[in-house]
Amino acid sequence: MSSRAPVADWASDFDHRDPDWVEDPFPIWDELRQKCPIAHTDRFSGVYFPSRYDDIRAIAYDPEHFSSRRLFVREGRPPLPRTPPITSDPPAHRDERKTLLPPFAPAAVQKLEPLARAICRELLERLTNRSECDGAVDYAQEIPARLTARMLGISEDSGDRFRKWIHEFFELSVTDPAIAERVVAEVRDFFKQEIAKRHAAPGDDLVSYLINARIEGRPLDENEISGILRLLLFAGIDTTWSAIGASLWHLATHADDRRWLVAEPELIPTAVEEFLRAYAPVTMGREIVKETDINGCHFKEGEMVMLAFGAANRDPAVFPDADRVIIDRAENRHAAFGLGIHRCIGSTLARMEMRVALEEWLGKFPDFTLTPGAVVKWSMGTVRGPRQLPITFPK
Amino acid sequence: MNARLQKPATMVSLRVRVDRTLCQGHARCVVLAPELFEADEFGGGREIGDGGVPSDLENKAWLAKANCPEFAIDVERLGETA
Repeated sequence: MSSRAPVADWASDFDHRDPDWVEDPFPIWDELRQKCPIAHTDRFSGVYFPSRYDDIRAIAYDPEHFSSRRLFVREGRPPLPRTPPITSDPPAHRDERKTLLPPFAPAAVQKLEPLARAICRELLERLTNRSECDGAVDYAQEIPARLTARMLGISEDSGDRFRKWIHEFFELSVTDPAIAERVVAEVRDFFKQEIAKRHAAPGDDLVSYLINARIEGRPLDENEISGILRLLLFAGIDTTWSAIGASLWHLATHADDRRWLVAEPELIPTAVEEFLRAYAPVTMGREIVKETDINGCHFKEGEMVMLAFGAANRDPAVFPDADRVIIDRAENRHAAFGLGIHRCIGSTLARMEMRVALEEWLGKFPDFTLTPGAVVKWSMGTVRGPRQLPITFPK
Repeated sequence: MNARLQKPATMVSLRVRVDRTLCQGHARCVVLAPELFEADEFGGGREIGDGGVPSDLENKAWLAKANCPEFAIDVERLGETA
């Protein structure tokens, strides 16, 4: 990052890789919301950044002008194969998405809860008798990595490989597009082998599900299946890991909220919604495919827009005391999982993982703090969460 | 979310309805008011039965509406029945 010019002005020169933005974007977003609600930068070949709920919502609802065919703001525009349905626009999007919805619907997710709980307990068991741990590495990241592996019918020890790909794709490739292309090729090769294995020996897993799935009556070809699997891998792990990690970070730094949830675990689902609102991990891109105006701002064709759902969630026009984390906030129509046709397909799964992760952690470790003097590191890029979270368990 | 003791479930003065053209399957209503809403096999929300809200579930009806990110839930006041 040191090779990049420092940000002169957030409204006209923002850079989501700037260390201040990575460490604590909320004051920056607050400032933009008040002074220049739709910021722009010439960096990354031109990007707009709406900071108000209404503008983010309007863009999310407008696939005619704001296409999902390019989702990531990074240097260069590497040609990447599609990962439907997230990279699709209407009209193709609808049937592609419908194909993928049933395994992520509430009834299907409910069946996965015992497995998620068993994973959490196993991870926590390893921390027994420890005086400290890394909440991001030892716990948060392992839960979605292992659960996703099991859902795909892949051995849980693939987690290391998944994390390497995710780190390269979401963080390193922002400034080096060649990395994105290499990772995509590696993941494609990996899933080609898995698809071949499942053809020979089908199982009760998502790879087999996709082999048998139909879009408008026809089976999916290998590139489509591989693209969807890459999406599930990339979208399901990093995000949930970030959300669990940010929740643990909050509880490690807010003893009153921690004690409250320990005393009233039935409040955890409500608190999960507030953590999602306040620390929404995901920022998605859109490519402007037809010029248009929103709220007095002209959007130039060919440039990108960053939709930071966390910025929408901190808009005081919609959320009273938006910058305060209120874990029993009852009315909370936050946008952490996006709005409109691209609502995160795994939102029910992610919510279940967060709830179970917190229930199990607080049951085992009701008392914990950040390790004094240790450094918390936040990820850089489009998914925000702690990547290093040193936690101490008092004796 | 605090469960409050209310009068017995006799009168129905509210009706909930999910606008299926707006619903994107966030499933907030299904979680917050499972007595009033259910999910279909694609995760889309819909009201149970005719959407009539027993009087002891009125809070849940308003809570579901207030938590729908897509503003897809309508709570209708039925005519005076008292």
